[in-house]
Amino acid sequence: MAILPPAHPDTAELAAGWRSAYVHIPFCARVCPYCDFAVVGGADDRMGEYIDALLAEIAMEPAWHPLDAVFVGGGTPSRIPLEHMARIVDALAGHFGLADDAEVTLEANPEDWTEQHSDGLASLGFTRVSFGVQSFDPVVLASLGRLHSPQQAAEALGVAVSSRFGSVSVDLIYGHPDETDDSWLETLDATVAFGPDHVSTYSLTVEPGTELWRQVRSGAPAPDSDVQADRWEQAAASLGAAGYTRYEVSNHAQVGHGCRYNLSVWGQGEYLAFGLGAHSYRDGVRSRRVRRLDTYIERVRSGIGPIQSSDVIGGWDAELERLMLGLRRSAGVRGGEGGTALLDSADGVRLIDAGVLEVEGDRLVAAKPLLTDEIIRAVLDLEEPAG
Amino acid sequence: MTDQSRIRNFSIIAHIDHGKSTLADRLLERTGAITEREMREQMLDTMDLERERGITIKAQTVRLKYKADDGQEYVLNLIDTPGHVDFSYEVRRSLAACEGALLLVDAAQGVQAQTLANSYLAIEAGLEIVPALNKIDLPAADPERAAAEIVGVLGGDPADVSRISAKTGAGVEELFEQIVDKVPPPGGDPNAPLRALVFDSYYDAYRGVVCYVRVVDGELRDGDLIRFMATREEHPASEVGVLTPRSVEVAKLGPGEVGYLITGVKEIDQIKVGDTVTTAAGGASEALMGYEEPKPMVFSGLFPTDGDDFERLREALEKLRLNDASLVYEPETSKALGFGFRAGFLGLLHMEIIRERLEREYDLDLVATAPSVAYQLVRTDGSESTIRSPQDLPDPSEIQSISEPYVRAMIITPSEYIGTIMELVTNRRGEVGNMHYLTPDRVELTYHLPLAEVVFDFFDNLKSRTRGYASLDYETDGYRESDLVKVDILLNGMPVDAFSAIVHRSASQEYGRTMVERLRKLIPRQMFDVPIQAAVGSRIISRETVKAKRKDVIAKCYGGDVSRKRKLLEKQKEGKRRMKMVGSVEVPQEAFVAALQVDD
Repeated sequence: MAILPPAHPDTAELAAGWRSAYVHIPFCARVCPYCDFAVVGGADDRMGEYIDALLAEIAMEPAWHPLDAVFVGGGTPSRIPLEHMARIVDALAGHFGLADDAEVTLEANPEDWTEQHSDGLASLGFTRVSFGVQSFDPVVLASLGRLHSPQQAAEALGVAVSSRFGSVSVDLIYGHPDETDDSWLETLDATVAFGPDHVSTYSLTVEPGTELWRQVRSGAPAPDSDVQADRWEQAAASLGAAGYTRYEVSNHAQVGHGCRYNLSVWGQGEYLAFGLGAHSYRDGVRSRRVRRLDTYIERVRSGIGPIQSSDVIGGWDAELERLMLGLRRSAGVRGGEGGTALLDSADGVRLIDAGVLEVEGDRLVAAKPLLTDEIIRAVLDLEEPAG
Repeated sequence: MTDQSRIRNFSIIAHIDHGKSTLADRLLERTGAITEREMREQMLDTMDLERERGITIKAQTVRLKYKADDGQEYVLNLIDTPGHVDFSYEVRRSLAACEGALLLVDAAQGVQAQTLANSYLAIEAGLEIVPALNKIDLPAADPERAAAEIVGVLGGDPADVSRISAKTGAGVEELFEQIVDKVPPPGGDPNAPLRALVFDSYYDAYRGVVCYVRVVDGELRDGDLIRFMATREEHPASEVGVLTPRSVEVAKLGPGEVGYLITGVKEIDQIKVGDTVTTAAGGASEALMGYEEPKPMVFSGLFPTDGDDFERLREALEKLRLNDASLVYEPETSKALGFGFRAGFLGLLHMEIIRERLEREYDLDLVATAPSVAYQLVRTDGSESTIRSPQDLPDPSEIQSISEPYVRAMIITPSEYIGTIMELVTNRRGEVGNMHYLTPDRVELTYHLPLAEVVFDFFDNLKSRTRGYASLDYETDGYRESDLVKVDILLNGMPVDAFSAIVHRSASQEYGRTMVERLRKLIPRQMFDVPIQAAVGSRIISRETVKAKRKDVIAKCYGGDVSRKRKLLEKQKEGKRRMKMVGSVEVPQEAFVAALQVDD
């Protein structure tokens, strides 16, 4: 694959053809108060049977193309012992094959990271590690319910950047009410100082049903969206000055380090998925797996399979989704039929007038990325043109 | 036909809750007009809303056979009148059918403004007034004071004021006897050409329009070809009868008699209340009194919250109008609120009743624009017109003068509140008229006020300033030229018709600022800054800005999230669809409702 800036339109379009796989590891030491993923806290004793089920699910999947990208996410995949991780990588490589330059990512928590672990994972074929650093401010880390200290994050990053990984990424969360402009700026500076290849910055979101949601509902301060807008702008400025390119609403990378797996999703590429609560998108069908650990294991064991429901994404629906996903990228999306419909609609005219949407050649671009959902809502409302 | 000397036609004048219906029920029981089994509490108020509010909207009438102490049987025609000034035309028509009026006053609450207004109408009509104090059984009753108040209004001797309890029956028999003694029998010449007054009408789905009539001269005979003198319409009298209170057909009605007339007319507009009925052949040459078209005084735009309900609203208004010729409406289109109607009402109560009936009986969810009045406009080119909606007011440069309706307001209050009432009235551009002490501590105040000020939460204000003790009544008092301006409210430079108002120049700043501040809180942030301005003509008098929203994007959208994020965004889109577009600004329906609320 050519080394292109991650925000380059060619990168975006190329990604549509990549094939990838997602593997979900639900285990965490403790569930963070803001998290609404399919996770389980304090159930590490179930790892063995879960991985057996995961391998069984991989074996059930019909053969496919060699994979361009694999993403092992969670949960906390770094909690999985190396020998288990080896079985997962072997299963994927054996069943589907891995492309020569495949990106193989692991999500990790800083407190799990040791030199030995780092070397071991690299030996297994992992090329990319993404750390859940979230903040370098101890106050914010505590408020987010994270278990690591800023020192632990610093040590883990130090180990990772000098290891054999091709890409090191850092996840940050901004906009917690306990965070200040200064502490966010310090977090960005500290991150940049380690020189990771990739940085994701996420606004703290109150998801229904989470502990954070319950706290806010009973009167705790909620994140302020104007403050979050300020922080987003600060991130773009700090990271931009350090040579990163923002290639999606929340993602920044050095040249050649855009996350292939995610680029593939935003390019409407197809992906397999294995594990609890994971979503796959293969042959135009998106399938969701059950979210409860027991149910997942039981259904895989019994041979029923873990799929809870599937949607066929075809025709106009797929066209709208192509726009919905593609508009999150800095490179925007080819206009196509959906783009024409959008520009012809009253909403489209308003979006252009408000400077939220721009036309660049044959592409539509969210000129105000922080208002992208205004565009996407308009897209999802478009009627299929007659004839 | 009944001997004229044995007929007594009377109505009962009473304030809300002073016991009119209870007394009427006693009379129905006493005369055996209805059996125990049929006895519903407060027989005469039939509409749910009337029962609930304790008021009468449509006049009812009942003919009763009463055996008096002198051993003779009398026919008592009780002609019920609407108790509220909104319906003063109806009150006048009903009183014109009577020779006497029973003035019923709550012994605890004393004389109220509405009672007073109706008493004056009765005196004007030359009726014999029979005063009575009700609820003397209540511990709070103060018959001496209340009697003094009545005497203060009517003159006479406090000793002549009856004291009764309609509830316990105390004094009721004596009062009935007084009606027979004091109310004069009707005059009228049985041999003269027919003249009968139409004093009310209602629509019956099976029988068409039913007229209530009082015969003055001659005979109204079943089957005769009759003529309505004002409209010159001729129809056969297909049914003539009396109400006992059930309809009972009779062959004819003679002088002094009260009953109903059916002619097969199907539309309520075709028969004018106040018209005179005579015979087509050999009829009278002079009508009893001129009739007036009902004059709507208060106007409001009515819009369905859900645009799909427009047809249902139209049908509901049509049905209400079948029975209420005073309700007028015409289609109105608002850029902000869509399709609806501009409706005219006799007054505030009438407006409230219609709105409530539409919402309750027809299950409609409505947005009503702030009530306005009818202005008389003279343009610079000399042409004159009537303005019922702020939308119709032209640019200030085209206006030579605007006149607004005034009312004569009567307020009865304990004297300690005179100061605060004066202040209120002055704030509302009122002029002090008379002050008349009914008793040392109760005063009747008369003011001249613009109707527009009365329409705008005046009564609520009066009630709160006087802790509910003051009562208000008003009657129209002509037009006066005023310094009026139209205040427009602009969203992002686009005027929002629903929020425009015609106000006095001195109040324009306040109105503009209030609306602009309210809207700033109600309008959600958009993709761009939204200026909210109040303007008189092209002059901006107030301004606020709804700052552009800065962040509206989901933080994460990866493989595992696509379906869920899509559903979330689609759900948000549903919410957006319920918004109304004003230019390029999305305004939630609730914002219109809340901004138009008069409260606080």
